[in-house]
Amino acid sequence: MANNTPKKPSKVGPRVPMPEQPAQERIRNFNEVALGYTREQAMAEAQRCLQCKKPLCQKGCPVEIDIKGFIGKICENDLEGAYSTILGTNSLPAVCGRVCPQENQCEGMCILGKKNEPVAIGRLERFVADTFHADDACEEITGTHACAMEREDLKVACIGAGPSSLTVAGNLASKGIRVKVFEALHEPGGVLIYGIPEFRLPKAIVAKEVAALKALGVEIVTNWVGGKTITIQDLLNEGYDAIFIGVGAGLPRFLNIPGENLVGVFSANEYLTRVNLGRAYNFPDYDTPTYMGRNVAVLGGGNVAMDAARTAQRMGADKVSIVYRRTQDEMPARLEELHHAIEEGIEIKALCGPLAFNGDDKGNLVSMTVQRMELGEPDASGRRSPVCIEGATEDVPCDMAIIAVGTRPNPILLEATPDMELNKWGYIQADEKTGETSIPNVFAGGDIVTGAATVISAMGAGRRAAMEIAKRLL
Amino acid sequence: MGYKILHKKELIPGQTSLLVIDAPQIAKKAQPGNFVILRIDEQGERVPLTIADKDREAGTITIVYLVVGKSTAQLQTLNEGDEILDVCGPLGKPTHIEKQGTVICVGGGTGIAAMHHIAKGHHEAGNHVVAIIGARTEELLLFQCELDGFCPEVLVATDDGSVGHKGFVTEVLKKRLEEDKNVSEVVAIGPVPMMEAVAKVTKEFGVKTTVSLNSIMVDGIGMCGACRCTVGGETKFACVDGPEFDGQQVDFAELKSRLWQFRDQEQKSMDGFKQEGGCRCHGK
Repeated sequence: MANNTPKKPSKVGPRVPMPEQPAQERIRNFNEVALGYTREQAMAEAQRCLQCKKPLCQKGCPVEIDIKGFIGKICENDLEGAYSTILGTNSLPAVCGRVCPQENQCEGMCILGKKNEPVAIGRLERFVADTFHADDACEEITGTHACAMEREDLKVACIGAGPSSLTVAGNLASKGIRVKVFEALHEPGGVLIYGIPEFRLPKAIVAKEVAALKALGVEIVTNWVGGKTITIQDLLNEGYDAIFIGVGAGLPRFLNIPGENLVGVFSANEYLTRVNLGRAYNFPDYDTPTYMGRNVAVLGGGNVAMDAARTAQRMGADKVSIVYRRTQDEMPARLEELHHAIEEGIEIKALCGPLAFNGDDKGNLVSMTVQRMELGEPDASGRRSPVCIEGATEDVPCDMAIIAVGTRPNPILLEATPDMELNKWGYIQADEKTGETSIPNVFAGGDIVTGAATVISAMGAGRRAAMEIAKRLL
Repeated sequence: MGYKILHKKELIPGQTSLLVIDAPQIAKKAQPGNFVILRIDEQGERVPLTIADKDREAGTITIVYLVVGKSTAQLQTLNEGDEILDVCGPLGKPTHIEKQGTVICVGGGTGIAAMHHIAKGHHEAGNHVVAIIGARTEELLLFQCELDGFCPEVLVATDDGSVGHKGFVTEVLKKRLEEDKNVSEVVAIGPVPMMEAVAKVTKEFGVKTTVSLNSIMVDGIGMCGACRCTVGGETKFACVDGPEFDGQQVDFAELKSRLWQFRDQEQKSMDGFKQEGGCRCHGK
């Protein structure tokens, strides 16, 4: 099927839709919303790929997966080959197939997208990874040949077990280097575990990707806090040849408006961590409690806001609104997540800026005062900026508010490593190409360098650092 | 691979116990004022507890807890040789300790355990440490012997007058501050109303006052913001900015309301635990 002459896009059929759990059903459970392709559906979708001579899709991928190659293998019905091809550059394919913003990356570059719908690369990636996870065949492929440590003399430490560190670990382990990952929480995965809800990325999937890394020989220890239980200096003293810091985004940002510490006002991080990491959706079988809002307002317009809103809906809220300063068109969330949220009955309260949270005499949230906005001229980001409509304020009743407006750098590791240079926003200053920090052989990547971004961009940073580390050590 | 309980001592039967836990890496790093977050088993919640002591050579840390809810009740069912699934730490900023003269350490109830570690730190830094400890009755006074070991003055208050001053620690504190104008710092750890009352007393005397806030926490590493509190009009995170703050700047009313956030669910958890007969294995 590997055809080297691109077909005319007009001859290609429509994109194969992804089966989904119906909205009315899924708002009452935490099961995955998107159900994944069957073998037939995947095959049909893979056939749509033009197998371009110069595939643009690969350029759009932060970890540069050989997309043309793996889709070609699917067409040849060689799923094992497809999986190996993806693993060549991506240690977390089942995750990426689910949570990457493909529309802006690989699929955004797909030539078919010019006149038609692009190839569903993310769905195909997910299909390949799931097929292997289902059969536990990943161990057959990754477990035997690559996991034998060839270089017992080399060791690398990764701090944090999120997407960027796991990528570094997978890349280096496959080259025979010993890697030890130190995770602060009790479960590896980082944002994949505490942040992204089960209905978008089941924890079992993350666990399987982690298991595949362990099969490669990666050692992961939990409950080790970088900067507290162990410092960069400790690791250097212990003779690690290189260290990668991937400790994630950090402290939640609040709005600095009155009433922010009332009972019922949460950061999205707290809400999602309780529900995801603490499995509060299984309370009281699991001990972690969470606040049960009936009338919930979520502040923000990114993917985290969508996750928080859809989670609150599933936790039994009567009404969930997303309150956003601009309009739906300017929201930074993935279109698919926004559509899913709307399908699930979440109200979008656009052009509203929060002014204050109001409480009762016991310190419980009862309402929020918002300022009505309108769109003005485009700002530096190119988005039309919100402008206050003089005198137009409104009280919105709510008994729970979830603030999802981003994060700032977590101070723990940074305070413990005073000689490491930070950038003007307080994140780690790292070389763009290699990820190296101001401390030689200490690398950093992911949200602690860029501020909150995507899983795949963190993985891209991990991959670049791993390539540099391998180059120096091997 | 859990964290083994090497020693358990019931300080107050059924209510407060001391656990010595095998955790060499945490012991190596622990300083007065630090805390750990533990999770008893797979279904457990993350529970923050102050480190009451450490032994670097033995590789152990000591924690003291009061049975207040399901998780601590479950902890109470564990014995020597049992393991706690996760112990993470040391967390929080350590107490600021320097040689400064006379320091009064006030401890109430289980808070005496945490206070003891800080008092020891101040003693080791060469300060004259005055310990003021309080409880409802004599049997509930913890760590008195340990404090007697290094504090030149240990003053006691009990609600029932069974030992020491009959009344509150704040009354003892006030008297001590009146007698001695050269106290450089007061440290208070215990129930929120006690810390609030201490801060009120010390304000009159203009003495620097440090309190350790027991806010609700989830991750304990600055990620969630559950532990936020208002100090001097600013929002602070107890887990990374604290847990110790200037007591005269803390909004205690807000702290109290935030501590009650999950009371319904906490009650539900506790009821379920009791119904299962206090089984520690989540009904398995």
